[in-house]
Amino acid sequence: MSSLTPKELYNKLSQEAISHDEAHQEKTRVMVGTATCGVAAGALKIKADFIREVEAKNLQDEVDIVEVGCIGHCYAEPLAIIAKPGHPAICYGHLDDGLVHRLVEDFLAGDDPSYEYAMAALERNDVFPTFEDFPRGVYEQKLILEQCGFIDARDINSYIARDGYSALAMALEEKPGWILDEVKASNLRGRGGAGFPAGRKWEACIRSKGEEIYVICNADEGDPGAFMDRSILESDPHLVIEGMILCAFAVGARKGYLYIRAEYPRAVTHVQEAIDQARVKGLLGESILGTDFSFDLEIFQGSGAFVCGEATALVNSMEGKMGMPESRPPRLAQKGYRGKPTVLNNVKTFAYVPLIIRKGAKWFKEIGTPENPGTAVFSLVGKVVNTGLVEVPMGTTLRQLIYEVGDGLPNGKEFKAVQIGGPSGGCLPETALDVPIDFDSLQDAGAIMGSGGLVVMDEDDCMVSVARYFLEFTQHESCGKCTFCRLGTKHMLDILTGITKGEGDDETLNLLEELAEDVRDGSLCNLGRTAPNPVLTTLKYFRDEYKAHILEGRCPAKVCRDLLLYYIEPPKCSKLCNVCVGSCPTEAIFTRDDGLKEIDQEKCVKCDNCLKACPDEYNAVVKLSPPVLPSEKERKAK
Amino acid sequence: MSEYVTVKIDGQEIKAKPGEKLLWVALDNDIYIPHLCGIRSEERSNASCRLCFVEIEGIPRPVTSCTKTVEDGMVVITRSERVDRLVKTAFELILSDHNLKCRECPANRNCVLQVIAKKRKIKLRHDRFKPIAREYELDDSPAGFAFDRSRCVLCGQCIWADREEAKVGAIGFTKRGINRVVTTFKDLPLAESICTQCMLCVEACPVGALFYKKKEPHTATADKS
Ligand SMILES: Cc1cc2nc3c(=O)[nH]c(=O)nc-3n(C[C@H](O)[C@H](O)[C@H](O)COP(=O)(O)O)c2cc1C
Ligand code: SF4
Ligand code: FES
Repeated sequence: MSSLTPKELYNKLSQEAISHDEAHQEKTRVMVGTATCGVAAGALKIKADFIREVEAKNLQDEVDIVEVGCIGHCYAEPLAIIAKPGHPAICYGHLDDGLVHRLVEDFLAGDDPSYEYAMAALERNDVFPTFEDFPRGVYEQKLILEQCGFIDARDINSYIARDGYSALAMALEEKPGWILDEVKASNLRGRGGAGFPAGRKWEACIRSKGEEIYVICNADEGDPGAFMDRSILESDPHLVIEGMILCAFAVGARKGYLYIRAEYPRAVTHVQEAIDQARVKGLLGESILGTDFSFDLEIFQGSGAFVCGEATALVNSMEGKMGMPESRPPRLAQKGYRGKPTVLNNVKTFAYVPLIIRKGAKWFKEIGTPENPGTAVFSLVGKVVNTGLVEVPMGTTLRQLIYEVGDGLPNGKEFKAVQIGGPSGGCLPETALDVPIDFDSLQDAGAIMGSGGLVVMDEDDCMVSVARYFLEFTQHESCGKCTFCRLGTKHMLDILTGITKGEGDDETLNLLEELAEDVRDGSLCNLGRTAPNPVLTTLKYFRDEYKAHILEGRCPAKVCRDLLLYYIEPPKCSKLCNVCVGSCPTEAIFTRDDGLKEIDQEKCVKCDNCLKACPDEYNAVVKLSPPVLPSEKERKAK
Repeated sequence: MSEYVTVKIDGQEIKAKPGEKLLWVALDNDIYIPHLCGIRSEERSNASCRLCFVEIEGIPRPVTSCTKTVEDGMVVITRSERVDRLVKTAFELILSDHNLKCRECPANRNCVLQVIAKKRKIKLRHDRFKPIAREYELDDSPAGFAFDRSRCVLCGQCIWADREEAKVGAIGFTKRGINRVVTTFKDLPLAESICTQCMLCVEACPVGALFYKKKEPHTATADKS
């Protein structure tokens, strides 16, 4: 053991880190957001553009160009933050090579921050508003995303310089029981979906009194459209690692794993680098910060099946077995990885722990609601202006999240539903918009917190198709072990597919609802138990839409192809333009003797091309549902 | 720990060994609970057939009795509206993926599905769910028996017999979701796999999926008991 206390050792690390960081700050820093969202929008090219332009101006000795993670404003990617001494750090969005050229010339070489292109400043100043000054700033509160996108994810000094690992140093001078007490007092609930209190889980594990205990971080994040865990691991990996070390100290574990899906190569790289750097600093491995506490971490790359995110399936898959869920009990806290007591928590759950230890359970409990303290992290997608990652206190209403933080729906469209909780979440209507976001209220409304995916839908979305779409995902991901999920979801999907074609009657809806309830109540694991949620909620809130399909052969949102046809309205057609004719891949559109265009319904494959092609000044192509031409309608009327 | 615990099932007081699973305690006392996948000597049931639901006082939802350890003072009922509804749906789902030509089946009158149908008064032919039509090739490569997957209910009994009794490990579950099947390594016909043709799996099959070939000429089919 070292003669220095953990705090003394930490203070040394901290001073090193701060001077390292300050040395950096004397230079101008260009921080390009290169989390997966940024890369998808072309961030790596933007980074290359910056390097090229900076070299062209011969500024490479004065300017550092670094990669940072996601700051949550994904709608404005690619983006970069420029921190030039003498100016507030400023974020620029929607970058392209022209803009990069200007920023380098005017701001880096010259001294004009080009405010006309700036999104916001990152720190309070007298010249330019910050993100907190955005209307959404009132509703947002960043805890675990606070540093994402602002620190260098690939340099541990960047984390330590901002108090990183100070919670660990503090905790190591206390008894392990102190951490547990704080986490219990904070009422931190698991962010992997179910909201189980983390402290109780840890305590159960301690009670199992195992010789060997494991700590596992669940970073499988398989929900389509969810990317919060990935962002945190890519952008602030040490926060999660510190949380895991604190947990290990509390429960007495010596070994831990991060189960990261193999499709997240950047997260894997960043976390591996972080583990290596933490070891070098004596924060991981033998005798952490000079104490007799040892703990090490390893990455396990998951193979991809969605169900492997389920706790027991995850452990099976780590043990080399088929990734399939098991009945519980025994719980993982009793018999987990290799039959040993195991704590399994989500990425976000671990990320809160250092903050709770640093600032205290009381601080945490003051955020959010008493039963649901802290924040909720969502990926806001779909028909909403500001897509991206958001973090708001628990208890924020769906309305505030969609209209204030998300800035409402684009193109003046009408709100129809919000699907919350990933593919097994529920669809809630307008009337549920004042439901506060927390584990219990969402569950009561028929949705779930789930993984925190939030999809906004407007009048152009068909709720039957939406339910079908999500069920298709879960049905496809069913491991097939248990009867209800394997066969029940298959029959539900077949029934839904039939409804999108107008097949069925009132009885069909009852059967679908009954079956959905039975799959929910009878399945072995939560995949099957939650898979019916989209179906049950749409049946509850949008039953009329189902009925329109089967009783009238009509899809109100005009989405279900079997229930619509394309039609060119004669009074609107200009006769003179031929755009639609050229756009049709099957040559279904012809010019009539009177010069008007018409669609040969036999040949039409409903590809939507002509509707898009018809110039805005005419908008002559329309979709009709039920698929009856006006001429037929007239005939029938007679 | 005391020598036994007392549980009440359908009003009947029953003494049971601590640690035992409710399903087997009930069956040993002539209280019927439908079941396909449970295995008595396994500590952890697969709990995959979802037929053995019961209600336990104090637990809000029906639970599978094969996974529930008896506890002193436990009060259980094996039938309720909710239990019957779940069992009926699970059973009909299984039937929707089962080749229902009973008269052509070697297990006719000796089939657990027929027992469940009778005991719980559920029709074998129902029209709630459309049969899932699919083609399986008959594997009649072994000398004494054959495997018709169109009758398989994926209970896993044969796999257990193969691994734990015969200690061979020739068969297992593969594929996910609706495509889950029992098969050999690399999908080889049984006779080309490491199968020793001990036929313990045939004994274990509760339906007519694994069945003895008729001996030519007419000797009686081995009796399954
Ligand atoms: C089908 C399925 C997929 C899941 N996927 C994840 C996942 O990707 N990440 C996760 O943290 N939890 C996932 N869970 C929840 C885990 O089973 C488990 O509850 C969670 O990891 C526990 O951590 P927490 O208490 O911190 O929430 C999934 C559950 C199910 C049923
Ligand atoms: S509910 Fe679905 S995923 Fe879960 S064990 Fe059953 S079949 Fe597998
Ligand atoms: S016997 Fe209990 S689930 Fe199959």
